[in-house]
Amino acid sequence: MFISNTKKQQDEMLKEIGVSSFEELIKKIPAKYLNSDFNISEKPLTEVEAHRKFSELSAKNQKVLNFVGAGAYERYTPSAVKHIAERGEFLTAYTPYQAEASQGLLQTIYEYQSQICALFDMEVSNASVYDGASALGEAVRACARITSKKKILYPKSLNPQYLTTLKTYFGNSSEYTFEAIEHSGGKIDIASLKNKLDENTACVIAQSPNFFGTLEDMREISDLAHEKGALFTAVTDPMSLALVNPPGSYNADFAVAEGQSLGLPLNYGGPYLGIFTCKKAHIRQMPGRLVSMTTDTEGKRGFVLTLQAREQHIRRDKAASNICSNEALCALMATIYMTLLGPEGMKEAAEANAFNTRYALKELLAIDGITLKFDNPFFNEFVVDFPNHPCELRKKIIKEDGIDIGLPLKKLYPDMENSLLVCATETKTKEDIDKLTAALRRNL
Amino acid sequence: MNQNIMQDDSALGIEKSIEGRRAIRFNKIEDDSLSLDIPNNLLRKTKPYLPQLSELDAVRHFTRLSRRSFSLDTHFYPLGSCTMKYNPKINEDISMFEGFANLHPLAMDSCAQGTLEMLYDAEKILCEICGMDAMTLQPAAGAHSEFTGALVAKAYFEKKGESQRTEIIVPDSAHGTNPATAVMLGFKTVNIKSTSDGQIDLEALKAAISDKTAILMLTVPNTLGIFEFNIEEITRIAHEAGALVYMDGANFNALMGIIKPGKFGIDIMHLNMHKTFSTPHGGGGPGAGSIGVNKLLEEFLPYPRVIKENNEFKIKTDYPNSIGKIKAYFGNVGVLLKAYAYLLMHSKETLGETARNAIINANYLLKKLKKNYPAYCEDYCMHECVLTPSKELTSNKVKTLDIGKRLLDYGFHAPTVYFPLIVHEAIMIEPTETESKETMDLFVEAMEKIFEEGKTNPEIVKAAPHSLSVKRLDEVAAARKPNIKWDISDTAKQLGSATETKKEECAK
Repeated sequence: MFISNTKKQQDEMLKEIGVSSFEELIKKIPAKYLNSDFNISEKPLTEVEAHRKFSELSAKNQKVLNFVGAGAYERYTPSAVKHIAERGEFLTAYTPYQAEASQGLLQTIYEYQSQICALFDMEVSNASVYDGASALGEAVRACARITSKKKILYPKSLNPQYLTTLKTYFGNSSEYTFEAIEHSGGKIDIASLKNKLDENTACVIAQSPNFFGTLEDMREISDLAHEKGALFTAVTDPMSLALVNPPGSYNADFAVAEGQSLGLPLNYGGPYLGIFTCKKAHIRQMPGRLVSMTTDTEGKRGFVLTLQAREQHIRRDKAASNICSNEALCALMATIYMTLLGPEGMKEAAEANAFNTRYALKELLAIDGITLKFDNPFFNEFVVDFPNHPCELRKKIIKEDGIDIGLPLKKLYPDMENSLLVCATETKTKEDIDKLTAALRRNL
Repeated sequence: MNQNIMQDDSALGIEKSIEGRRAIRFNKIEDDSLSLDIPNNLLRKTKPYLPQLSELDAVRHFTRLSRRSFSLDTHFYPLGSCTMKYNPKINEDISMFEGFANLHPLAMDSCAQGTLEMLYDAEKILCEICGMDAMTLQPAAGAHSEFTGALVAKAYFEKKGESQRTEIIVPDSAHGTNPATAVMLGFKTVNIKSTSDGQIDLEALKAAISDKTAILMLTVPNTLGIFEFNIEEITRIAHEAGALVYMDGANFNALMGIIKPGKFGIDIMHLNMHKTFSTPHGGGGPGAGSIGVNKLLEEFLPYPRVIKENNEFKIKTDYPNSIGKIKAYFGNVGVLLKAYAYLLMHSKETLGETARNAIINANYLLKKLKKNYPAYCEDYCMHECVLTPSKELTSNKVKTLDIGKRLLDYGFHAPTVYFPLIVHEAIMIEPTETESKETMDLFVEAMEKIFEEGKTNPEIVKAAPHSLSVKRLDEVAAARKPNIKWDISDTAKQLGSATETKKEECAK
């Protein structure tokens, strides 16, 4: 499939090469390895059959009215974002190592870096890494390298998926210690932080909005970390930053986030966009690609990959990270998204999230038996308690009403067995939320 | 405002910004009892400095940028080691079907049956093709796969009580990610030399291997585009020393459907979906990786994994010996869908045909070019070949870099240059099976013209490119003083007072 040359051309080429058959080209490979048998379909699908097969497969995924967030948010992807990102010129380009032939692509990455820095109020953004969790892994590794310390403090209110990824990123090595900061009432317990924080701490991690949706007082946590000589790494949601204070405003050393929030489809977890930002002082410890504006030999504006001496293809075993690719196409989508929305659109989208969620909360709390778990400032997500474990309820309402009511927290937090994490993004309407509350009312 | 800004192809989005211009809008639920009850100290005080454009402005801006980049859809991309094969368009369509695109990663298994079936089946097919016993599709890319694979090996030795195995042997021809990965996990890399014909030096291998060796990391075919003819002996030496053999599958396009790495003793291997299985590179990602392992290593694979029980697909996370999670959720599922579509559109026969044509195309270019660009190895190559500039060129100080840049003028993307590191002035060419003889003949013609120019008029080659929107770019200045984002004061300076966009208070 997808081979251009005809059999006749293939024979001509073999003749030109000077062999009588293809086998002559690979005759030095031990014969016993050739043509080893394997069992896959004998009959390849045609394009029309493949289209049908995947239509059927996608229909096996049940479409639901979704109120689950927990780190991945249902977003509306503007049509212009899709249409531009699908252009073959962007889609099928390789990494822009040949700068002169990749000016358009390099400029989009420069614009991505600029917009992320603007939104995060940070000095440096790289061209992106795999996802939010791996961005955190890379940031904390950088903190350990910079401070030469081995103790890492993370909050229990950190997205649990990030925590497991973070530990794997350190190779599950016993050389590093990870200590949990307790939460009290859904936000970081400052006493617990003070208690654990000492001169051996490489890094304090805090997330805002945290996994429960709570907005933390990041300034206070950041100041405490710095007082003890630790670096401060913030985890955030870029959509929230149109409304709430950005990491630069509270002196974060590193700030990372899941960029899926910037208009990318959910895709069952990927491809997503690892946003990675830091202070200028840490730029040489930053992993991943970076684009700089420069000039050509005639003084004309141009763009190049820069500071490549940090990277694996130059430094090999002395590189800041082994990371090679970035998520350029996802970064492009985010760039177009932020460009289309602009400062006002971003604020509007963020407000839609905030108000839709507040409406959902108000309506849920009007139902007998549902209570608010944590009374904290929040952005677009909150935790409520049910009279019983809501897992069966979730199953039932998915089946009967096609509504996913939110994420039960028991599996992740055994002491929250009756809790549900609920989110309503800009994709939800008043009618959607009324359907959710009606379904809950019927079942409680 | 400067009238030309909207037409200037290197003008930034922010430079085209007009205060108050809008595109996409959003409504929020209107309800008088609701307010934005966030305390003032947590609110953002200044607006982010983002462009203010209409939808047309934005679409035209990015569309014009797209036309200033080479891509596979527009140009031949003979990038060695990167497998820039055609990316079938059907794959783009199917991956965007709503059922797939709107599926939340924490959806209940019962809502995700289509996607889980795809993941389950793709793992099975890839195991068959590679001759491996188990597979994970979680890694986001090749380097991420290497990290996962090395971590699996580490966990295996720890469980076996052989934690003294702290070394990874890597040939000097390896990809840069190999040693970088080893170090990330606290392994020490031991480099071994290749012979002049690009093979692993068996004596050097025997000298390097010991009871400290955890992994021998190989690329097959190697980065010179040559099969490791002594592979049986190599894996035997490694296994006898108690080490595992890892295969970097970056070059699997040469083997697919012809040879199963599991057959020659590979314990762990990775695949790059964005190379072998035709998913687009997207300008540097997203890719998707995968790790195949033999039975002994299966228990260490990352979770979650997809299992099938009573005809239902389920996510299982309970694997006590697993290395853990390597990504927040499953993997780059949107990319895996495309690779799966490619797999289903092939049979054993057509996969083999793919590899055969990749090999024929590479040997055709090798044969046509090696007179003026001598080959590093004498052998026939597999899917790619490594050439060098001839004396006529080097004596005129024409370098590989210059040849690559001059090719851009002739409408071809440059080959991979200066890799592998063991080849001085390497020109690494991988045409892939999807390119036609006519395209390759035109490429050969361009390379011959560059050879003639290099002999008689070297300056034209050394100053290339001449026909693109920019001439050679100053990378040194960029590295010395990186300008990595736009700045309010810079833009204001360039544009004058017309776009006065100071950090203003957020309107409450």
